[in-house]
Amino acid sequence: MQLEINIYRFNAETDAFPYMQTFNFAKPERDIMVLELLNLLKEQDPTISYRRSCREGVCGSDGMNINGKNGLACITPLSQVLKGNKLDLRPLPGLPVIRDLVVDMEEFYAQYEKIKPFLQNDSTPPEIERLQSPEDRDKLDGLYECILCACCSTSCPSFWWNPDKFVGPAALLQAYRFIADTRDSRTEERLEALSDPFSVYRCHGIMNCVSVCPKGLNPNKAIGNIKSMLLKDSTKAVEPIRVIEQA
Amino acid sequence: MGDVNSTNLKVLNFDALIVGGGGSGMRASLELAKSGLNTAVISKVFPTRSHTVSAQGGITCAIQSADPNDDWRWHMYDTVKGSDYIGDQDAIEYMCSEGPKAVFELEHMGLPFSRTENGRIYQRPFGGQSKDFGKGGQAARTCAAADRTGHALLHTLYQNNVKEGTNFLNEWFAVDLVTNANNAVCGVIAFSIESGEIAFLRAQATVLATGGAGRIYASTTNALINTGDGLGMALRAGFPAQDMEMWQFHPTGIYGAGSLVTEGCRGEGGYLVNSEGERFMERYAPTAKDLAGRDVVARSMVLEIIEGRGCGENKDHVFLKLDHLGKDVLDAKLPGICELSKTFAHVDPVYEPIPVVPTCHYMMGGTPTNIHGQAFSQSNGEDQVVQGLFSVGEAACVSVHGANRLGGNSLLDLVVFGRAAGKFIHEDIQSGGGCDDPSSEDIDRALTRFNKLNDSASGYEVAEVKRELQEVMQNYFGVFRRGEFMEKGVQSLNEIREKINNLHLKDKSNSFNTNRVEALELQNLFEVAEATAISALERPESRGAHARDDFPERDDENWLCHSLYNPIQKSLGKRGVNFKPSQVEAFPPKIRTY
Repeated sequence: MQLEINIYRFNAETDAFPYMQTFNFAKPERDIMVLELLNLLKEQDPTISYRRSCREGVCGSDGMNINGKNGLACITPLSQVLKGNKLDLRPLPGLPVIRDLVVDMEEFYAQYEKIKPFLQNDSTPPEIERLQSPEDRDKLDGLYECILCACCSTSCPSFWWNPDKFVGPAALLQAYRFIADTRDSRTEERLEALSDPFSVYRCHGIMNCVSVCPKGLNPNKAIGNIKSMLLKDSTKAVEPIRVIEQA
Repeated sequence: MGDVNSTNLKVLNFDALIVGGGGSGMRASLELAKSGLNTAVISKVFPTRSHTVSAQGGITCAIQSADPNDDWRWHMYDTVKGSDYIGDQDAIEYMCSEGPKAVFELEHMGLPFSRTENGRIYQRPFGGQSKDFGKGGQAARTCAAADRTGHALLHTLYQNNVKEGTNFLNEWFAVDLVTNANNAVCGVIAFSIESGEIAFLRAQATVLATGGAGRIYASTTNALINTGDGLGMALRAGFPAQDMEMWQFHPTGIYGAGSLVTEGCRGEGGYLVNSEGERFMERYAPTAKDLAGRDVVARSMVLEIIEGRGCGENKDHVFLKLDHLGKDVLDAKLPGICELSKTFAHVDPVYEPIPVVPTCHYMMGGTPTNIHGQAFSQSNGEDQVVQGLFSVGEAACVSVHGANRLGGNSLLDLVVFGRAAGKFIHEDIQSGGGCDDPSSEDIDRALTRFNKLNDSASGYEVAEVKRELQEVMQNYFGVFRRGEFMEKGVQSLNEIREKINNLHLKDKSNSFNTNRVEALELQNLFEVAEATAISALERPESRGAHARDDFPERDDENWLCHSLYNPIQKSLGKRGVNFKPSQVEAFPPKIRTY
């Protein structure tokens, strides 16, 4: 069977507009991953550009839009995504395209940096490690595993609208990762920084983030936890609720 | 674009430049960011995409959590034995004794280690570990964050670099070293992958933290980016490489896909079986069994396959059995492995064994350095520091791994020596270390490769030549080696050299041109492959990972030493192993059994 692979192409040096290029490709006997397919197509046409590194779903380089849904090319088998014999590959939505399937992730990383993604503990560390019970450590499961692939944030309509003001699911998941860490002593400050109308409250529970996360994480739940913590302090809750009602 | 030369080239000045944003590079940069020096990290991928992210099982270190009586000297003994006695004992002593400090620092930075009931860092057993200098049975010394320790470590280091304001040049590719008339290194030629802009990044100290080059083999656990870029640059500049015949084949790569399955699986109680369902490691290593050194386990697996006891239709792999551990243990301790196994082997380890095969995993060799990360070359048999050049992590050969690395020692190597190099460079630059300016000819020389590739109107296809190279290495320089085959391999490489020098860059554009990156990477791979091939052919003994069936014995009389590959003469010399640790008596060579 011949596959029809349509790939989003754009090179600012030569193209006035982006376009979809069709490649016909004999369906391999073995069920290969989308990344392997791209690597084979690149042998035919070395100008196709995309990012890739670990090829096993842990580095987060090859997030892209695969037949309409964000995912990692390296752990997405063709059998799971082909529609008939067709496959459309596009860059992650909502971010500027540098070339072909490569997007400019600066805004995404800026939101990550904004939440201060590092442990802050004002006490002097002990000679050995800081102790943490297994139960407290369990609270980080489902949070620390994020690979920053941006599949979630770029599938989120709220992030599309306000990529500069809404922190987005990926960075909020990390915000909660440090709030939940019993070793971090800046919970108050972290919550305060998220209490404006946009940073966290622009999440409307659309759940695209949960549906696309290639690591099976749940940013929506983390965001819910942040909201609950903010709401416990009514002074921080007043303004956001009013803004949401106006919206 | 037209040729770039020293007159129209942009220059960026730094005190220290770190090439590579993986574990070792970011540990060094963290130290330097705190020092206030003008430092930059240049990385061809966003730092958290570096291959450190794929490390699974943990970081081995005597932090006395699982065993309050654990001792770094026992760890040192294991590491020396694991290295088959060509690991430098001063460096191993430094790594094992400084290790706890470096690991506790990581924890203070926020690394989410798994925990024991009393709140300390969880440690699991790994291969080649013992208590009481091999006399006290299996130790549990590998500190773990589930089976995602590399991911946790790399992200923690990136996060702390963000905190300290490290200057990152992300998605920049280093092309070649710039060396001056005194053969000192003054920085690198590099370009922005996003824009194509090329520049001379001038630095007082250049640190190669570019990781391994597992992609010289067709089958490897390594990321696609592991192309030995730093070592390639160093070899082209004429600097030597040490112990390049020593490549670790990890016993458990997923059959067909090559993805790593951590040794932690066997540490948690998993074991290997052949087609008869026999736990065959009991025959090869009666005491340590499945937790013998990786070289020993990998060879045993290949022997089982050669003798017809392989599994599957083609009898070309064996099984890693985990189902007896139960779902709860697998979910808690090895969640990443369950995920990988389902994706790449279509097997759920809760119910079925994982098909595995020895797969190229780690480069024990590299640029020879001392414990400060300073690179060496040799003249008249004497070590000589290369001014301005440093190397850390897998790219370097310090050498703590010798002929065979123990599991969990690579992450420790990264943080201990990244940290040490950062501290040393800080002091060195403050006390006026550095190098004379390069001449315009020096700069133009370093631009040659980049310009030639851009000017190529015809020539060989990158993808084709890469495949050819990987097949030669796979066929002639694998787990078992033989002189006559290796000679053929070296001959094939000589033919491939011509193609490497005449690659055709089809895509000449500037914006995110991955065709250009892959061509430059392939040339680096070739330099590493050639060094490997010649070193392997010229070392007529079996030691650690280097197993020759025409020379099956270890030859301590002639080869209890490092090999030193000279890229200019393409010849192999010897360099002494350090047997002078400062705090303990040296461990003398013994017969190595597990």
